[in-house]
Amino acid sequence: MSVIQALDIGLALLVLAVAGWTIAAREAFASVVGYVAYGLLLSLVWVRLFAVDVALTEAAIGSGVTGVLLISAVVRLRKTEAPAAAERPGVVLRALAAALCTVVAAALAAVVLLMPDPGATLAPEAGQHLGELGVGNPITAVLIAYRSFDTMLEKVVLILAVIGVWSLASDGNWGGVAGPRRGARPEGALAFLAQLLPPLGIVVAIHIVWVGANEPGGAFQGGAILAAMALIVLMARLTEAPEIRRRWLRLALIAGPAVFLVVGIAGFAIPGSFLAYPAGWAKPLILLIEAFMTLSIAATLPMLVIGPPDRPPS
Amino acid sequence: MNVAIDIFTIVAISAGAVFFMAGTVGLLRFPDSFTRLHALTKADNLGLGLIVLGLLPQASGLLGALKLVAVWVLVQLAGATVAQLIAHALRRKGPPT
Repeated sequence: MSVIQALDIGLALLVLAVAGWTIAAREAFASVVGYVAYGLLLSLVWVRLFAVDVALTEAAIGSGVTGVLLISAVVRLRKTEAPAAAERPGVVLRALAAALCTVVAAALAAVVLLMPDPGATLAPEAGQHLGELGVGNPITAVLIAYRSFDTMLEKVVLILAVIGVWSLASDGNWGGVAGPRRGARPEGALAFLAQLLPPLGIVVAIHIVWVGANEPGGAFQGGAILAAMALIVLMARLTEAPEIRRRWLRLALIAGPAVFLVVGIAGFAIPGSFLAYPAGWAKPLILLIEAFMTLSIAATLPMLVIGPPDRPPS
Repeated sequence: MNVAIDIFTIVAISAGAVFFMAGTVGLLRFPDSFTRLHALTKADNLGLGLIVLGLLPQASGLLGALKLVAVWVLVQLAGATVAQLIAHALRRKGPPT
């Protein structure tokens, strides 16, 4: 067994152990910390599987944004934690839950173990037409060209999620500053980081979107970095979140899917079918869509994390 | 020349790993949160610094080397800030026990 194999097995065991610990942890906060560590380990697994694009997304969304979201949920649920822990479900309910989990796990295991070897693959076809699209990264080609319909609908789902979060606001607070009311005094160290990091983060994010055409990266990863910068600034209380009635905010939220849709419908007129790119125009159109999608993702993720407004508009 | 560079890389990365180990031992063994924080942040910054130093000669060109240094600087910045924030939160909760 080579060193690399031993490291891979160690990594797999570590992922399983952290997953088990996350489920077994009694306190919600400990469980969330376990989940974040699990996400970071999982992104290492994706790197080992040579899926760097997935690894970037997993680190940014799976453990980063979701981690912040879960920690704020834990803080809100703290009051109910003790009574909830005191309630123990009955034996029948627990047995049913165990049976359901076993069936799901067995079905997943069967699917993985019964997969044909070598598996069915579309990778050669995906690589064949990269030249016509003008992109070198087959994953970007799948996301923005071959399966662009799925990607567009994903962005629409993100907007639906924001609408869901906002709809939790009470009537009086509708249109107000997003997120809960915060203390007045910014924390020194965090404020310093929030002033220092965004210029760097914006450059890195644009770089990641730009290289996404040929190397791992793209709109989602770049947008997630921009969203992280916005969240640091909001958490350090350097500025208030925007009021959710602002027109520019709403335009930023829908810009990505809207541009995607316009290009898609224009596809009916010129090449002849929905979301088809006219020959020779694929690369500029892909860049246009990616730019607006980055903007929308950068606006959507912070809005999801900071939550509904809890004070009326001024 | 190549062998000398490889030996330098191995020595520097091993030294970095020792610092990570020391930080982890400190995290597990030190008596209170402040000393645990101290062990973790100091040792990890040095440990990562040595690993980056060891990887520099192996980097693909100047740009790759600069990226490695940038990773180290950003981790230092984040680590130092988070250590300050945790220490602040601990101080607000009361004296260390």
